[in-house]
Amino acid sequence: MFERLLIANRGEIACRIARTARRLGIKVIAVYSDADADAQHVLQADEAHRIGPAPAAESYLNIPAVIAAAVRAGAEAIHPGYGFLSENAAFAEACMGAGIRFVGPPAAAIRAMGEKAAAKALMEAAGVPVVPGYHGADQDPARLAEEARAIGYPVAVKAVAGGGGRGLRMVPDAESFAPALAAARREALAAFGSDRVLIETWVATPRHIEFQVFADAHGNALHLFERDCSIQRRHQKVFEEAPAPGLSPALRTRMGAAAVAAARAVGYEGAGTVEFIVDAAGGLKRGAFYFMEMNTRLQVEHPVTECVTGLDLVEWQLRVAAGEPLPLRQEDVRLRGHAIEARLYAEDPDHDFLPTGGLLRELRFPTPDEHLRIDAGYVAGDVIGAHYDAMIAKVIAWHEDRPSALRRLCAALDAIAVDGVRTNVSFLSAVAGLDDFAKAHLDTGFIARNRAALAASAAAPSDTVVALAALAFLLGRAARARADAAASSDPHSPWHLTTGWRLNGALEDRLDFEHASGMIALRFRGHAEGFVFALPGGLAEARGTLRDGMLSAEIAGVRRRAQVLSAGATLTLSYEGESHRFAMIDPLAAALAADAPLGQVRSPLPGKVIAVLIGPGAAVKKGDPLIVVEAMKMEHTVRAPEDGTVERILYEPGEAVAEGVDLVRFTAATARQ
Amino acid sequence: MAVLPSSVDVRAPAFAENRRHMADLTRDLGEQVARVAAGGERRARARHQERGKLLPRERIRLLLDPGTPFLELSQLAALGLYGDEVPAAGIITGIGRVSGQECVVIANDATVKGGTYYPVTVKKHLRAQEVARANRLPCIYMVDSGGAYLPLQEDVFPDREHFGRIFYNQATLSAVGIAQIALVLGSCTAGGAYVPAMADESIIVRGQGTIFLGGPPLVKAATGEEVTAEELGGAEVHTRTSGVADHYARDDGHAIAIARRIVGNLNRTKRVEIARRPPRVPLYDPAELHGVVPRDLRTPFEVREVIARLVDGSEFDEFKRNYGVTLVTGFAHVHGYPVGIIANNGILFSESALKGAHFVELCCQRRVPLVFLQNIAGFMVGKKYEAGGIAKDGAKMVTAVSCARVPKITVVIGGSFGAGNYGMCGRAFEPRFLWMWPNARISVMGGEQAASVLVQVRRDGLAGRGADWSAEDEEAFKAPIRAQYERQGHPYYATARLWDDGIIDPAETRMVLGLSLSAALNAPVESTAFGVFRM
Repeated sequence: MFERLLIANRGEIACRIARTARRLGIKVIAVYSDADADAQHVLQADEAHRIGPAPAAESYLNIPAVIAAAVRAGAEAIHPGYGFLSENAAFAEACMGAGIRFVGPPAAAIRAMGEKAAAKALMEAAGVPVVPGYHGADQDPARLAEEARAIGYPVAVKAVAGGGGRGLRMVPDAESFAPALAAARREALAAFGSDRVLIETWVATPRHIEFQVFADAHGNALHLFERDCSIQRRHQKVFEEAPAPGLSPALRTRMGAAAVAAARAVGYEGAGTVEFIVDAAGGLKRGAFYFMEMNTRLQVEHPVTECVTGLDLVEWQLRVAAGEPLPLRQEDVRLRGHAIEARLYAEDPDHDFLPTGGLLRELRFPTPDEHLRIDAGYVAGDVIGAHYDAMIAKVIAWHEDRPSALRRLCAALDAIAVDGVRTNVSFLSAVAGLDDFAKAHLDTGFIARNRAALAASAAAPSDTVVALAALAFLLGRAARARADAAASSDPHSPWHLTTGWRLNGALEDRLDFEHASGMIALRFRGHAEGFVFALPGGLAEARGTLRDGMLSAEIAGVRRRAQVLSAGATLTLSYEGESHRFAMIDPLAAALAADAPLGQVRSPLPGKVIAVLIGPGAAVKKGDPLIVVEAMKMEHTVRAPEDGTVERILYEPGEAVAEGVDLVRFTAATARQ
Repeated sequence: MAVLPSSVDVRAPAFAENRRHMADLTRDLGEQVARVAAGGERRARARHQERGKLLPRERIRLLLDPGTPFLELSQLAALGLYGDEVPAAGIITGIGRVSGQECVVIANDATVKGGTYYPVTVKKHLRAQEVARANRLPCIYMVDSGGAYLPLQEDVFPDREHFGRIFYNQATLSAVGIAQIALVLGSCTAGGAYVPAMADESIIVRGQGTIFLGGPPLVKAATGEEVTAEELGGAEVHTRTSGVADHYARDDGHAIAIARRIVGNLNRTKRVEIARRPPRVPLYDPAELHGVVPRDLRTPFEVREVIARLVDGSEFDEFKRNYGVTLVTGFAHVHGYPVGIIANNGILFSESALKGAHFVELCCQRRVPLVFLQNIAGFMVGKKYEAGGIAKDGAKMVTAVSCARVPKITVVIGGSFGAGNYGMCGRAFEPRFLWMWPNARISVMGGEQAASVLVQVRRDGLAGRGADWSAEDEEAFKAPIRAQYERQGHPYYATARLWDDGIIDPAETRMVLGLSLSAALNAPVESTAFGVFRM
């Protein structure tokens, strides 16, 4: 086994690999960019080496820098994690060239699986079922239409170089083929610089089921069962579970054998994942499955496999890389219980899941135990920057059966406290709470299909819930005031009170908070013992105590108890088995937050200008789109901060921009004389 | 400490009767306050809000630390004056906490006569500045005013305590290190322009705040130049060009947020250098004060029953309990602050006055704040007492009270008549705060007394001419005098003219005292030099 391992990654996966390495007595060497000098993966390492500035291309993707760091640190092996250089054959070769073991498959296997069309041909030859389709070089529209007819409608037209749903069209019948083909080609050309397409059978209700495989240098190969990763948004996984609900042992055996065959076909070594698409129509009874692609690395969602097999996949990777044989034979691998993982992202579910970021003022997770695993790459106080993937953590629940695991996952999601950065945590809670989830009606259309139900989960909270949340906030405010009072030079002063005292009356006070269902404004009055809330259903007396997150309340004469988690301005109330999340609005904080110098239009992220939508001298209204910046594979439209005039455009399309630079010279209408 | 006993029977019919009466008075007080608190007419308020401006009480709510108290001053100023059309005199003043600091807030109400200054408006503004000076509290001016009310200029402009005094105060308050912060949330015309200009730091809201010496109509008349108010004195010109204002705000909320930030940066600490204790509530419910005080002012009542419902744990260490018994003096705590209490328990005699002067000296020596509970018909009269030197003994008490530099807070809980008002720290004796209960009366003497004195004078005149005076004629003579005294001695009449800082519900006295004491302790407790005591 190695003594010194360099982890060429960051975030939760770097921390997770380090954990296993340390357990095996291996010294952990981290690498970091300037943006990550104080990141968790650096703090947790035995030693850490700077490899370049913040942009990934100049640091985590910079092969010479990583290799140089490994040589300098005396690392015997490099674990690439996932993403970054993990599926880069040139990197695997560079490691070999430097005499360092690459923890992953041979470069040839990476290459073989990298080119999708070639990989499919290879799989077909190895007897692995692939989606019936045409992958030929002849791109004549007539030939393509003929192939579509031969495959049988409906078909999918896909960009060969594609991904992420761009350059993809579903074609229901022969009449629609020509325009759909043209549209797919146009989009593919724009997105990938190539308009080459392939045609495949359209799988109506696809399920994404993947098999974890392992192979060693001694000719052994096996699988560690499957994971269902059908719940996706923007074609990215958000929930994963193992085993796949409803998968029969017979089909599992067939698919597992196919996955192992796929690995063997490319001379695989180490951990890999073979992704299949399965038509969920008819509840998997038809038993048809098709090879999609093979990921030649450790997957994000590998913990669910670890939970149901009791194995440490990183340990296996290291052992295989060190030349050891696989620790188990196929028949010794056992499947036990059920595991579900949810991915916590810094993203905005209300705005098409666009990545967010900023200072994590608060980040608290429930305490892990045998049923709960948290793989996090951040702690409170860290900054989530725009340079890298926006995943904060993975929450994995394991139990003897799926309903128990799901219950545990829901409870864990509800108990997450995060503040300062917009995350998808309430979206995760809502999805995990869906009836369709409980019934395991899984397919890649799950989120789109449940949009209505997800919106319904954002129904306006009841009067009682609003009252409990407001009371919890006000009691928290009073407790903070008492703490401030105790620390002040005049601790007993009645000026510290927060009961809204007024001479010969009471303050007509109000609280504003944001809920998934919209803004809530609550008018209320305080008095010495409690508050009177003006709820939609009428006036209600509210009083109570809040201790260690337990709210004992009396609302309109009825005693009620609720759990309260508050982190900064966010307050999560768990009441009668349901979780409600509120963001308290401080109107003055909002006023100051918007206190940027007037007339500035700045790039929100480092990226590239891809479109300029206005000309110099244009008069614009607040909110008008001005410039589109592409960053993190997504397009961000920069809008006018208020009514005004664009005096000059400072960047041309194609130019790179740093975060926070002025994009245009803008003069607000109110600033003009 | 000694716990006061209470012999009040809360189930007695008299108690219930008293309570009913006081409840009527406080209910009426609440209604008057609610009516005044609404501000200007509905139409004026709607117009104000349509312009994106917040109402003054909402501005104050946002300015103050969330949920913290606001001790309003002169709440019912101008009540019944100027045709009763100027609620609160068109200005809201008081003490509130901003970024952890107790501050004086002065906010114009533009929905009341455009926020213009009536004579009482000026008086109220000056009184708030006086409170700021005495207690060393930063001043926050929320300006939204058309300046002096021109029709009454003779009572607003020229005199010492008129409009100019506002700016004199700003300069001299700033000179002693009391921060002057102005938010220009509306117009600041002519003299009003000096409020932000004289401030240490000022904020102006774009599109709403304007500062100029002469408005557009005056400019047009004077030079023919046509200019909009915004061009003439808006946020842009004053924050970018003239420097008359320091901070540019997008709206009221933004301006208020900046003001809170400014106060947060004052580098000011409150040093309370007197020994405090953890506060305890009184043993007896302060709400019982409603039933303790008799309906008729002439009925005497045991003032210790009042003290027992105001002080921490109802504990009161009496001084000279057996001497000069018509004046009760002693030490107690209110909200944990030590106080020396001086309370009337009957008419003042020489002994009571001497005892009072002695006790004031003790409190000044020990830097203990003084609380006066005033219910006084006056000093004793008669040959024996004049010969006994009651005038010089009363003078000793007045000297002591006048010179005392410890914080003095007066609460008029009953009558405030004649020289008793002086000895018990009436308005002229500069208590830091003077509060009145709704049952109180204030005048040079009681109405009945005054009528009788005038009857006597007239009867003597008639007798000299040998004329006679029937009982009916006498009664007809007395009735209007009684009525005049009743009207002018009424707390509403007094508070409308700022003879006090406000009328308070007796049950809230403890809270008002606590807030007043705490605010007063923002100023260091000075040592006292007494004048010559006539021996």
